[in-house]
Amino acid sequence: MTFRRFTRKYLLGIIAILVSVVVFLVPFIFIVLQAAKDPKQAGLMGFTWPTDWQISKNFIDVIQTNDYQLLAAFINSIVLTVVSVAIMVVFAAMVGYLLQRKRTRLNHLVNFLVLAGLIVPPAVVPTIWVLQGLGIFDTLVGMILVEATFGLSFAILLFRAFVATIPRELDEAAIIDGAGAMRLFFQVILPLLRPVVVTVVVVQAVAVFNDFTGPLYFLPGSDNPTVQLTLYNFQSQSVSQFNLLFMNILLITIPPLIMYIFFNRQIVAGMTSGAVKG
Amino acid sequence: MTTAALRVEKAGPTTSGGPQKERRRSIRSPYPSWFYIPAGVLYLVFFALPTFSSFYFALTRWTLFSQQFIGFGNFVQFFQTPALTQGFVNTLIYGFVTSAAKVVLGLGLALLLTSPIFGRGYLRAVVFFPVLVSTVGVGLTWKALLDPFHGVVNQVLGFFHLPQPGWYTDPHLALLTVAGVDIWKGVGIATLIFMAGIVAIPSEYFEAARVDGAGAWQVFRNVTLPLVRPAMATVIILSLIGGLRSFDLIWAMTNGGPGFSSDVIASVIYKQYQAGFFGLSTAGNVILFLVVTAIMLPVQWFLNRREAEL
Repeated sequence: MTFRRFTRKYLLGIIAILVSVVVFLVPFIFIVLQAAKDPKQAGLMGFTWPTDWQISKNFIDVIQTNDYQLLAAFINSIVLTVVSVAIMVVFAAMVGYLLQRKRTRLNHLVNFLVLAGLIVPPAVVPTIWVLQGLGIFDTLVGMILVEATFGLSFAILLFRAFVATIPRELDEAAIIDGAGAMRLFFQVILPLLRPVVVTVVVVQAVAVFNDFTGPLYFLPGSDNPTVQLTLYNFQSQSVSQFNLLFMNILLITIPPLIMYIFFNRQIVAGMTSGAVKG
Repeated sequence: MTTAALRVEKAGPTTSGGPQKERRRSIRSPYPSWFYIPAGVLYLVFFALPTFSSFYFALTRWTLFSQQFIGFGNFVQFFQTPALTQGFVNTLIYGFVTSAAKVVLGLGLALLLTSPIFGRGYLRAVVFFPVLVSTVGVGLTWKALLDPFHGVVNQVLGFFHLPQPGWYTDPHLALLTVAGVDIWKGVGIATLIFMAGIVAIPSEYFEAARVDGAGAWQVFRNVTLPLVRPAMATVIILSLIGGLRSFDLIWAMTNGGPGFSSDVIASVIYKQYQAGFFGLSTAGNVILFLVVTAIMLPVQWFLNRREAEL
């Protein structure tokens, strides 16, 4: 019995680790190694140790490409991510809260629309038509509003499920203490939603930051590049500079990675309370 | 004192001079319906309006500035062009293959990662890593790894004297290769959702099953599997929606090629848009809409029904 438990715990674990190294770590090590090579060696695509370790030179080179386009793209992507996720969180929390607390005939309609928003693929060209009508096509403002809209449904589902775990007595206590609807929501409820807020922020920030299709349609041209567009255009322009291409991939992976390292535990907690029950 | 203050404060923002009844209702309900409005406006303008107008624009020859009504011409053209029809079939293959694999692998990994094995924390982190890398980055990385001549994968296969397929240059393999990379990237999310589902199962159930003498397989079959069903429903729904709509990975790895062998509806939509056929592109969108809805409605209904039975 003890021998069986030992094999279960260690043997299985060691096999899993070996498989994970091959399947999951090798591609990441490959990215880092490629990013450190000189152009000639990187072009060979081999899984080899860099003969000439030039990670800082590649870093500077990739940033300087096209008049510091990557820096501009980073700023754009970060603004896009922060603003659209902030809008998403506040608006979706308001809807999720109301859906859970107030039972009216409207609920069925709203629930249906939320589900439709999750399932229905966005109609891209007509969206461009709407953005042009509003005069915000190919602008960061337009892109922010579109990203915020596309993320609403998923966020609402998570919030709705979580609000159910907050006792109504709390609302009543706040009302008796004289809080209005705004204060009740923003000062009592929203702080209590923290675990889901973290989940929504991390999941949606990674999604928006990594989104490629949205900017491809709604931010064409090179006026407002995002990091994903810059990466895509980079690979189609310079076939010979694989070291810079992989340096680019490495750099734009860092922001999501930092988010994940900080919020790792809360994501699982938020998922447990929200996604699975919903 | 509080009640009086509350009454005054609450009466303030409501419609001035409204009847007594309405005022009392606003006191009882601190949940104002206008909370729907901010999200509702965004939803209407940037989602509902484009979706509804797409049904009209799909029937036109359209340049964004001028439009000419041509009836179902776009749809006829869509289904008469072999390349476009293949995109339709490929979408279904891609959606079901990636979704099925994510359910099976995700559940397997979640079982492994919730059991007390050695190196669990490391394994949990590493499975989730690919989720963080952008799809374009993943696509380009695997394109390099799977390069038919220099790629690491084929080098290793060659070392063992195994066949070295042209992963994304062989028309028969391209779609499945991209699907495989999609699974590699997305299995972390499925695993996370399954893990959350398994952890939420009360441990008494497992203890009771063991006391009754159930083996590992019986515990899985009769306790874990039924109770993890809500998580499974979430994984199936999310991965199926994602798979059927998938565009960026395919575009980053193959551009729908070689030929049209890995084209899906979403990439056809982009190609037609790029070529300036906005009406045809929008017709593709309507077809994608119909495909996704026709598949998701029964799936959703089925999964919810089973959930309710529990």
